[in-house]
Amino acid sequence: MSKEHERGMSVIVKTVTRLTVGLIFLYGIYIILHGHLTPGGGFAGGVIIALSFINLDLAFGGSVSAKIFSKGSTGVVEALGAVMFLTLALIGLRYGGFFDNFLHPDGDPGQLLSAGIIPLENIAISLKVGAGLFGIFLTIIVLQKFESEKK
Amino acid sequence: MIELYVLLGLMIAGAIISIEVKNLLSAVVAVGIVGLGLSIIFLLLKAPDVALTQIVVEIVAVILLIRATLHREIAQKSCGSRPFGAIMGILFLGFAVIAALVTFSSGLNPFGEPLMTVSRFYPMNAISGTGAINVVSSVILDYRAYDTLGEATVLFTAVIGVLTVMRSVGKKKEEDLQENNE
Repeated sequence: MSKEHERGMSVIVKTVTRLTVGLIFLYGIYIILHGHLTPGGGFAGGVIIALSFINLDLAFGGSVSAKIFSKGSTGVVEALGAVMFLTLALIGLRYGGFFDNFLHPDGDPGQLLSAGIIPLENIAISLKVGAGLFGIFLTIIVLQKFESEKK
Repeated sequence: MIELYVLLGLMIAGAIISIEVKNLLSAVVAVGIVGLGLSIIFLLLKAPDVALTQIVVEIVAVILLIRATLHREIAQKSCGSRPFGAIMGILFLGFAVIAALVTFSSGLNPFGEPLMTVSRFYPMNAISGTGAINVVSSVILDYRAYDTLGEATVLFTAVIGVLTVMRSVGKKKEEDLQENNE
């Protein structure tokens, strides 16, 4: 425990991060789920979620977030997002064509549950982008640690 | 439109500073000015989707990634002058300027004119066709979902490449740790 206090930035930064990191995560989820209603979407929202994890690493030092979301699981989640996106595209083949919006009749425009498969595609892309960027970040952190230990 | 030119001047200044400054962290901050200016320009041109993506990706991909992985040792690294690169850069810029002068000598169309058939179709039919209020979202995920698939594939390939190239290093580190424990 004492080791954790020594690493990372000052107490002020740590406290502020502890308070705000959940809000950043929630904002990312909001951006993803409202991608078909407001500016934003899967790409920006996924990056914001990755940002909330990276924020933890920066404030507390080392790879704190790797305990929550390990490097192996980033690969799994990223692949899940890619498979989900392609599956949605392939289900469309049954209804008329690749990327056919087969859920379209459900929901009125402007409601959260509308626009057919567009929100689902946003979720798939956010999983892909967020997990992918966070995986790259974790990989580079591990590389840097290895090089500094070698010296 | 004057604010656009002010922002463009700020971005050019930031780009030049980021090249000339010796400290790597200062260079990253200067590059951040370019990204922030670009994001505000997107906002002024009424493209909030692109502005949001631009600022978020800029923060993560450029500033945080470099800031988090910054070595103090390489912060003061400087390289000698490369005359070949400078000559080629000047030649390329010269050709680009000449080509632009030849192409645009008859005058440019106003911004957003003429409106193409395709770009008129999307705003007219997006809401009734897809049910999404955000027209940009309906274009990238419905009408042009193929493009998004290609973009996702590019990112997937990049992530796979990074994980593969750096995998051996990570494995070595685990082996070293095991040896130390033994």
